[in-house]
Formats: sequence, structure tokens, C-alpha cells
Amino acid sequence: MGGLIRVAIIGAGVVGASIARVLSMFEDLEVHLVEKEADVGWGVSKANTGIIHAGYDDEPDLYPLRAKLCAEGNRIWHEWVKDLDIPVRWCGSLVLAFNDEEEKILEELLNRGVRNGVSNLEIIDHERLKVLETNSSENATAALWAPTAGQISPWDAVIALVENSLTNGVRLHLSTEVKGIKISGGQVCGLETNKSFLEVDCVINAAGLYADKISEMAGLGGYRIKPRKGEYLIFDRDAEPKVSRIIFPTPTPISKGVVVTTTTDGNLMIGPSAQDLPENLREDKSNTYDGLKLVWESASNLVKKLPPRNKVIRFFAGLRPEPSGGDFIIKDCDEVFGFIEASGMRSPGLTSAPAVAYMILEMLKAKFDFNPKPKAGWNRCRRRIKRFSEMTFEERSKVVNENPGYGRIVCVDELVTEAEIVEAIRRGATTIDGVKFRTRACMGTCQGSSCMHKVAAILARELNMPLWMVSLRGSGTEIGIGDVKALLRDKNELEGSPRG
Amino acid sequence: MEENYDLAIIGGGPAGLASSIKAWDLGIESIVLFEESNLLGGVLPQCIHPGFGLHYFREDLTGPEFAAKLIDRLKNTGVKILSGSYAERLEVKSSGEKKIFGYRYGEAFRVKCRAVIYAAGCRERSRFEVNILGDRPAGVYTAGEAQTLMDIYGILPGSEIVVVGSGDVGLIMARRFALEGADVKAVVEVMPYPGGLTRNIVQCLEDFHIPLYLSCMVTEIKGLRRVEGVRIVKVDENFNPIRGSENYLKCDAVILAVGLKPRVDLLIKAGALIDEATGGPVVNDWLETTIPGVFAAGNVLVINDLVDYAAEQGERAAESAARFIREGLPALKFKRVILGRNVRLIAPHLVSCVQDVIFYGRVGKPEENVQVRFEEIGRAFKLPIARPSEMFRFKVSAEDLMKLHNEKMTVNVVKV
Repeated sequence: MGGLIRVAIIGAGVVGASIARVLSMFEDLEVHLVEKEADVGWGVSKANTGIIHAGYDDEPDLYPLRAKLCAEGNRIWHEWVKDLDIPVRWCGSLVLAFNDEEEKILEELLNRGVRNGVSNLEIIDHERLKVLETNSSENATAALWAPTAGQISPWDAVIALVENSLTNGVRLHLSTEVKGIKISGGQVCGLETNKSFLEVDCVINAAGLYADKISEMAGLGGYRIKPRKGEYLIFDRDAEPKVSRIIFPTPTPISKGVVVTTTTDGNLMIGPSAQDLPENLREDKSNTYDGLKLVWESASNLVKKLPPRNKVIRFFAGLRPEPSGGDFIIKDCDEVFGFIEASGMRSPGLTSAPAVAYMILEMLKAKFDFNPKPKAGWNRCRRRIKRFSEMTFEERSKVVNENPGYGRIVCVDELVTEAEIVEAIRRGATTIDGVKFRTRACMGTCQGSSCMHKVAAILARELNMPLWMVSLRGSGTEIGIGDVKALLRDKNELEGSPRG
Repeated sequence: MEENYDLAIIGGGPAGLASSIKAWDLGIESIVLFEESNLLGGVLPQCIHPGFGLHYFREDLTGPEFAAKLIDRLKNTGVKILSGSYAERLEVKSSGEKKIFGYRYGEAFRVKCRAVIYAAGCRERSRFEVNILGDRPAGVYTAGEAQTLMDIYGILPGSEIVVVGSGDVGLIMARRFALEGADVKAVVEVMPYPGGLTRNIVQCLEDFHIPLYLSCMVTEIKGLRRVEGVRIVKVDENFNPIRGSENYLKCDAVILAVGLKPRVDLLIKAGALIDEATGGPVVNDWLETTIPGVFAAGNVLVINDLVDYAAEQGERAAESAARFIREGLPALKFKRVILGRNVRLIAPHLVSCVQDVIFYGRVGKPEENVQVRFEEIGRAFKLPIARPSEMFRFKVSAEDLMKLHNEKMTVNVVKV
């Protein structure tokens, strides 16, 4: 098959965005990234630990894709974070064991890691553990040390991947919900969406929590995605003590357990719980008493000390898409020509995403008998928005001189300036959350009560819209219901008042 | 910009404005005032209700009027006003030299000064600090934030409102929404008594038929995109939820008035000691923090009920700063003020016993017909109604304080 191949990727999460980036490297591909939300990375990708796992967790016989792609993904991320200027800490991870039985499991993990091709794994004793992590629990008897694990900012990763993809010609369709997949003669021919019909030759299903629904639209399916809720607590940046490594408990067959980690922004974070929800609750990201209690108690067992509870600045929850079969579903579907699955991306989905993307590329090459020609002028690099908070006073003086908006501090907790917010909007943020995830405005101690309105006012000005219509995260989440007299005016109109 | 001043005042709210004017009146001519917003007055410009200034101006004023009176006075001084500027960092050298680093539109500045009055006010607590679980939709605002949206920007945050917390801010916002035609479903208070002034209970709730649910807690917010309602539950005397008392209130906005916290980041980073009880810096009777020449006033010092107190503290800090600049403060031995029975917080924390001191404090639990006793000096003040929500303010004379021969002075609230 020759000529242009038109590809639609459904879902602008970390999997979809990674695929978009890889496909953007080649000529003769027209790549569309289709997302139902008003911004990228707002589904599964937004609310997880942000850990780039080393790759020892997944049993290669039971879950061959997870086992292979995690270790591979870890290696690729080491390169991608540099290309894309994604905040990262290659701090390594520790799995703690508290008794003989758990120590045996560490051995299993070590062997599994070796089989999966993970390098430098080591089982260390209590003394060595204390050196590697001063805040680790005194009761831990041994640990599995995985120096290749790291911590990234998952939403920064998605934003970076999408920005880089756009630079390289990918087309992004936001607030675009797929309603149907048109198939003719056993072959994909387009996407029906809430906006318009998108004519394509290939559909890649990276729809996260809704991947089974998308698959059914293509007449395939055969698997279910179950939402598994994870709750998290996040501490203020000045809350001590933190941890310098990622701390895991010994895993159970269900979950890797509650993790204690320090985010790339320097906040201690604990979570997630693991609660299986019914299939119809795919939007339930509510926090619960039991969930947060479990997280707190589990995390307390891993460290000497957590910061005081009143240093928690936010709790949140995310959903992981648990595929019914347990392993990732990455396959070219023979039943429908041009339909490729990249679904069931439960943990280690974030870690595996880049490896998934290269695997999809291979499928595309085979399916469409396509010999990819590298795109002339493909730009591997993307730079993130310069952070005022990370500059020295001299650097700040310089940027303020060049762009006066750097002098206007909008979020005092995180020292985010108007210039950064304007840049975030220029790069595609249209909502308060969009600005927040690109700049950290509203992510500090006050959680936005002092600066959300300032961010909203800048959005209204830059996007030329009424302030009350500025939204937290798209339609239905506007910050107001109208101007301050909206209700009185409505009432007067109903009563036929002449004041109107 | 790199300039030198005798006095730098951080924060242009009531405390900062009052201290600027006072310092100028006392003859300090080299003063700079930093205000984060483009508008002077701190929170006052958005407090469009009356009730301000009964003590300080002996008049009933609205917030903007109170601010305007101070701003008018300030304009007759030579204080350099830098509005729209954020003072980020204070560096204090061992020599006592102070440098403030900050930013404003088009400018990064470094200001050297001899004394600092820190009057940066407070911030509001969020839902996460009071453990309101559930969803995280749009339509959840702190009271001050909602007030900013309504009375600075002119937009309406919602039409069916539940207010959490019956402190004055919560009560005033309940009425504010009612005045704009919104249906205020309830004010929910976890304590068995209201958190605000009695006059506000009458004027803000009773006059508008807004229900007040005491001993009730909002446990959960519901709504995937926008707030759809809240779950509330009754609590027993230990604040444990009472089974079977759960209720659901439909609403499209939740307004949180769940407490204020002094903004002390700059002081902490500069090395000042913080008092756990007030959340503000530890100060002596000059309102000087543990960093010599750095003074605190207003809500950063202690959360005040009345703007009048904030202004009073501003003046007091200005007097001290003026003396510090001119001749230095006398080297004195300070004695500690100890929180005794039913005293939740008090400021100042250290007394020199050579001058009159105004004490600002709060009790821990409500009581009637009690005395606030300054034990070691045998001074007592009557307090017919003691409530955690109502600050007490007493002036103790130098004469009385000179009787203190111990290392500390205990303050007790006791039944008469």
C-alpha cells in the first residue's frame, strides 16, 4: 500500500501522546490525536504516582506485554525526558520487606527483574537501606534496590509529548468525543465524533478507561475495562520529612501497594489505594474516608515518620483501567483492517507508553506494508515553559527586563508569574486546570483560593471571553453562572419588572 | 531597582496602611510600602458591607470607605507606594542590615532597609485542610474568593448555596448571596455554637431566613463537573458523626469559611520563630518578631475579628519601628506570657514590663461570667461572655506589669 496513511489515535493520554510522537517522525502519515476532554492528559494519565518503574514487577509468563514493555519503556524514558525537557528524578526505588516471607518475595522480584532484562537490581540489608533512605522504616529487614526507577511528572510528560507532536505535524482534536467508527468492507474508514466526521484509514484505540467501548464501536470488544480507584494524599512542599527514593511495600498479587514518594516538584505524596469499582463508575474520582485512611496507615508503615496530617494540601483520586485479561491489549485486529488496540494500560502503563508506541509503529508498518521514511526536519526537542521559581534573582531580573509580565506574581505559593500563564495559554491552555498543569499556579498551599481568580482573569483577557465563562476544566465547569446581577435580572424579568 | 529606605512595610491592608501613616507622622521620612494587589486596602475593597471602623474612626463604615479614609491620609504623606509588587524574600544580615527581594510588572527589585513591618495578612483554609471528601468539581470556593468574584469582578459563582462555617466571613457571604437573589440553603457549623459575632447571626442569617445547622459537618461534596450537592451529618460532642443523621443538600456552589491562617512564609524563611497557637510570629510587646527590627501587625500577627484591631497593631508596630530606627530599642529582659486555663492563644508573647501592653487573645471554649486573669501581677478583667469566636483585647498598664517578678506571666480564664 502506498501513499498517505491517515491515522486517528483515540485518547490524548500518555499512551496516545507517545504514539503520536513516534508516528510524527515519519513522512506519509497524517496523524490525528482525538481527545474528548478540553485538554490533554486529563484521564488516567493525570492522577497516578508518576513512577517510571524499573520493570521487575510483572511476571513474564502471565503478563508478557507488561513484562517486556515496562523494562523497555524505562530505557526509552531516560532519553525522552531529555529530548522533551520533562521534569524527572532518577532516584531509584526500594521495595521494603518486613519479614522472612516478604524477603522471599524480594528474591522472586529480583529473579523476575533479571528475566525482564532489568539491570543493577540488588537486595540490600537493613543497614544499607538506612543509608539509601534515611526515612525508611526501622522495621524493614531488607529491600530490593532498583536504581533505574524514577519519578516524573505525568501530566508534564503528556503535555510535552503533545507539544512535540504538534510541532512535528500531528493534528490535535480536543473536546472531540468519538461516537462511532465507520467500517466499510471490513476496513476502517473514519470516526464519527460530536464535531464532525474524520476520514481515516487507521484507528488506534488508546482510550484508557473507555477503550472497551471504543473497541465495541468497531464491532470487536471481547474484553472489559474495570475502573480501579486509587486515592492519594499530597503534602505541602515545606512538609518534612520527605523521602529521597521511591518506597514500595512488598507487592501483593493485586497491587504494588501504597507508595511513598517525593514528586518532581518536591511535594511528598502517598498513595494509591486500590478499590475496584463497578464498570459504570468510570468517572468516580471521589475521595473516601476509608480510602484515605488506608493510604495513611499503609504509608506510615513504610517510613519512620510522615509529616503531620495538617501539612496535607490536597487529596485526589485517579482511576486505573484494569483489563479483564490482566495484560495490556496491544494488537492489530485482523477482523477489522486498520483497527489497532493500545488498551488495558493499567500499571505500568505510564512506564511502558514509549515502548507501546514503537510496537504500534511496527504493527502499522506490517499492516499497511509501509516503509517509513524519516521526516525531514523532524524536531526531537521541546522545551518546557521557563519557571520563574527555579531562577536565581539575577536570572529573574533579566527575564523581567525582557518581558515585564515576569514581574507580576500571580500565584505567590508557587511563584508563578503572568508571563508563564500567558505562555501556557499560547501553548494551548484554555482552562484553569490547563494553566495549573502547565505552570503550577493554584497547586500550592492555598490550592487556588488566592490566585484562581487571577488566573481566570488572565484567561478571560487572553481568550477574549467573559470572565464567568472561564472554566475549571471545560464545558459545565464554568467559574460563575453569569454576572453578579444575573439572578435578580432573571427574577425581575419573570415578574415583569420595568427595571429589566 | 536597588534603593535604600529606613522602613519597609510589606502589605497595604489596614495594618500596613495604618503603620505607614503612623510612621510618617512620627517623622520617619524614608518609607516604602509594598502591596501585592494593584489596589490598596488589602481585603477591605471587597468587603462592601458596613460594620468597619466603630473603634478606630468611631464611625460605621463599609470596607472600601474604611480603606479610602486611610488611603486619603496616606496620600498626604511622602510614603513611596509600590502597588502590584510582591515582596518574596527578606534577607537579614548578622549586621542587622535587611534586604527585601521582590517583583513587580517590568521590575525586579532589591531594597535595603533598617526596619521592616510585615503586615501581609492571612490566607483562607481550603476544603482539603478540613477533610471535606467526595468529588472535586467546579463551584467550591473559599468565602473570600467568592467575595472577590462577586465584588471585585462582578460575577456570580452560583445560585444555590451552602456555606460551610459560621464565622463572620461565612455569615456575611451567606447574606451577600441572598442579596443577589441566590437561594442560600444553609450555613453549616460543626461547633454547637455559631462562630461569628451575634450581630452577624441576626443581621446576616435571621433577617434573611437562612437556616443555621449547628453541630453539623459537611462530609462530602457531590458532582462530577459542577457541584450538585453536599452530604451533611450531625456530630456528637466529640465531633464524631451520628449514625443515621446523614442528610443531602442540593446546591451548585459550596462556600468555605473554615478558618484563616497568617501568611508567614517570608518570616519563616527569614528565620523568625512562629507561635503554633496564633500561627503568626512570636512577638514581644514592641510587636517585634524574633528577628530584631522586623515587626508584625494585623492578621499576620494574629487573626483579628475587627479591622480596627489590625489598624491599631499597625500603629503600634510603627511606633516601635520608628524608635528602632532612631535610637534602637532598649536592651531588655523579656518575660514569657503563658497560656493558662481556657486560653487558646494570646499575643504578644513576650513582655518587657516597662510599657503598657495591649493583649489580643481568644478562649478555647465558650464560658460565661469569667475573668481573664494575669496571674502573677494580680490583674483581672471581666468577660461576661467568652467565646472562641470573639477575640478579647485588654490593655495592661506598665504600672501593673512592673509588679511581675517571675520569669513568666500566666493568663487564665476562670469562673468568677
